[in-house]
Amino acid sequence: MTDSTPRYAVEMNGIFKSFAKVKALEDVDLKVRPGTIHALLGENGAGKSTLMKILYGLYNADKGEILINGKSVQIRNPRAAIDLGIGMVHQHFMLVDNFTIAENIVLGHEVTRGFGVLNQDLANKNIAELGHKYGLDVDPKALIQDVSVATQQRVEILKALYRGIDILILDEPTAVLTPQEITSLIDTMHRLVEDGKTIIIITHKLKEIKAVAEYCTVIRRGKLIDTVLVDEVSQSDLANMMVGREVKLTTDKGERSIGDLVLSVSNLHVRDRRGVLKVHDLSLHLREGEILAIAGVDGNGQTELIDAITGLAQAESGQILMRGTDITNKQPRDVHEAGIRTIHEDRQKRGLVLDFTVAEDLVLETYDQAPYSRRGVLKWPVIHEHAADQIKRFDIRPKESARQKVRDLSGGNQQKVIVAREIHQNPSLLIACQPTRGLDVGAIEFVRKALVEQSTEGKAILLVSLELDEVFDLADRINVIYNGKIVADLNPAETNEQQVGLLMAGGEL
Amino acid sequence: MTSRWINLLRKPLTAIIISVLTGFIIGAVVLTASGYDALEAYRIMFSGIAGSPKYMAQVVVNAVPIILTGLSVAFAFRTGLFNIGAEGQFVMGALTGTMIGYYLPLPPIIHPIVIFALAFLVGGLYGALAGYLKNKFGIHEVISTIMLNWIAFYFNNYIVNLPGVKVESTLHANPILDSAKINFFSTAWRRSDAGREFIREHEILGEIVKTDLGAGIFVAIIFAFLLWFVLRHTTTGFELRAVGLNRFAAEFSGVPVKKSIFLSMFIAGGVAAVGGAILVLSTTNTVSVLSAQEGYGWDGISVSLIANGNPLAVLFSGLLFAALRYGGMLIQSKTGAPTEIINIMIGSIVLAVAVAPALPRLADYLSQRRAR
Repeated sequence: MTDSTPRYAVEMNGIFKSFAKVKALEDVDLKVRPGTIHALLGENGAGKSTLMKILYGLYNADKGEILINGKSVQIRNPRAAIDLGIGMVHQHFMLVDNFTIAENIVLGHEVTRGFGVLNQDLANKNIAELGHKYGLDVDPKALIQDVSVATQQRVEILKALYRGIDILILDEPTAVLTPQEITSLIDTMHRLVEDGKTIIIITHKLKEIKAVAEYCTVIRRGKLIDTVLVDEVSQSDLANMMVGREVKLTTDKGERSIGDLVLSVSNLHVRDRRGVLKVHDLSLHLREGEILAIAGVDGNGQTELIDAITGLAQAESGQILMRGTDITNKQPRDVHEAGIRTIHEDRQKRGLVLDFTVAEDLVLETYDQAPYSRRGVLKWPVIHEHAADQIKRFDIRPKESARQKVRDLSGGNQQKVIVAREIHQNPSLLIACQPTRGLDVGAIEFVRKALVEQSTEGKAILLVSLELDEVFDLADRINVIYNGKIVADLNPAETNEQQVGLLMAGGEL
Repeated sequence: MTSRWINLLRKPLTAIIISVLTGFIIGAVVLTASGYDALEAYRIMFSGIAGSPKYMAQVVVNAVPIILTGLSVAFAFRTGLFNIGAEGQFVMGALTGTMIGYYLPLPPIIHPIVIFALAFLVGGLYGALAGYLKNKFGIHEVISTIMLNWIAFYFNNYIVNLPGVKVESTLHANPILDSAKINFFSTAWRRSDAGREFIREHEILGEIVKTDLGAGIFVAIIFAFLLWFVLRHTTTGFELRAVGLNRFAAEFSGVPVKKSIFLSMFIAGGVAAVGGAILVLSTTNTVSVLSAQEGYGWDGISVSLIANGNPLAVLFSGLLFAALRYGGMLIQSKTGAPTEIINIMIGSIVLAVAVAPALPRLADYLSQRRAR
């Protein structure tokens, strides 16, 4: 680094931002050295995304100063950010589904032969070369709708690079990736910084920070906690800084006793809406007090399996027995009555009525039973009392939220509403589909502990997770699902993440 | 602005008041731009509404049918359905009222009650047909109810034209029996010696007696409270709202989604049909061959939108709507400005209500600016 190079690629000083009465950011500083990977760590709602949206020009700060490469700048909109060499890959991709990869990348910066005639061949060639350089190999002619989520993410990164950015913001980039894809992304990030780019990565996954980042800035409730050299701190240090208290990263499982057979699925076949056979001759079984984790890459039949068990989808053939009773192709209500409750993977679509109040969503399955109603008339005082109890027991925040719309709660607290509701039903079998997706460490700890408690009480837990950390933390037994089939039944003590990752990708041991 | 004023912007009542004022201001602008004296026009309109007990009673009479169609649309809306079919359901109710009112002789009091029950049933089934089509074939209720409106329209004309139904050399069916009427004061009584005496002796009541004021407004109030109670305090209402707000979560929680959609359209259809029956039992006493849709259902949509889908608020928005229409008629006769000005005002109010959710955000913005 020569003297003429500025000390920081990005310098944000004294940033304030509030929405209505809520202070999202209070006097936050961020200093990112050029050519480094800098992690931004914080719980959900801590303000890290807000800070980055200010840098990318999506929000304007109420107060504070931004310097890019040592120069004070005003970033009023994303266009200005891109002109300054700042790019951002959002958590939810912004791509045109029925355009090719190349068309998406050049959108707004098309290559022409003059007079507005597109030169798609040259664009394809440029993109292939650019991708190859950073380990982001893509087929420029493939349609977005036909490629995997990981590839879509590569396209987003390429789109930013194609616009000549030097500073790349990645918002929770690994949330949607498999372990192998994460490794590949990390490799790409290293190549980018070797090439002189600066990367800011928003995340709440501590392991990844340790794996990629040089510096880490921690934000808690809108305030700057500290910026640390990642090599000098442990994962627990980071977790404690983020949450503001001691956090356990692994769940203490204690004594467990496995009992009678609860669920047995045999030779199940399920087709999805398009008629594609997604669950193919699948069998599994689960006992009292046992946590069985279904590990697999998204889209290998997990959704269809759970839909078939819970009564949302029809099984083509095969049998589902719950404590010996056949519940194949029953209605959701019958499945509830058989003692099965589900934390659905899509909490906003299937789990919650977002425009209901917390109190209403907490009785979404029991409104027609005593004591919440009598002869068809709701008993609001009882429903609100119940809500107050559950809010206290499950630490749903804010504490006065019984009459608030669930929509206004953070993701973690929305999930707590579901967990509270399902556990309160005292089910024999609790199905938890990606129960901690998108949650921060504090909420993850809470949800995992609740699941373990349930299994200790003798409930059977069927955990579907894309996160191997979670699978290994919780499972008594791991079933790997690939192409609609259980391809391995493993004891976590006798296997490791690499083996399971390999099986998930269709490999063999 | 002080923070007290800013907080006032967050109140729902403020939104309604601002919306109504917006309607008046836009109406005034249009009147002025067309060369009329807006203040004079409004003065005439208000005196036409509040100038006499008779006028006010007439506003109530006119409000009842659109309160019922407004309730119908509002109820469906609260359960996630857009009932464009109140018009057709209303026609079915009016037709049922006329038929039962003429062909089925029953004692007074019982007669209208039976008519209301049957009108509710017929209109309910007619509305539920749209629910059935949605459940069975996935046909959106907006499409099916628009079609059903026309089917009801021509069905009405077919029935009225049947020999024995239509009164010879007129365009209307046989009027209902006296036992079916729900007016407080019958025409016969009004013309009797006792009636004339009463009108002469009671200044205010005497005026009201001259209108068709009847039990209809009580029926409207009962339905408004009933629907509010169903939505807010019953398990059925809970299910219907859950389905309306997120049918996927409702389905997963074990709520019978299809049954809910069917039931919701049944109730909505029934309520609109009772509106039709009230019109017949209190005002028209018969149904005629229709040459165009009468618009009660369509007005119900505006009434429901102004009330933001709240059944209790529909009572007030229905009265407002009827008052504007009634007072507006005078504008044309006294100042020459076309009555359509009222439609412009109502349209502006509906639009303003739709925009009103922005007010709390405006309040946020203002308080933020103050904080800086």
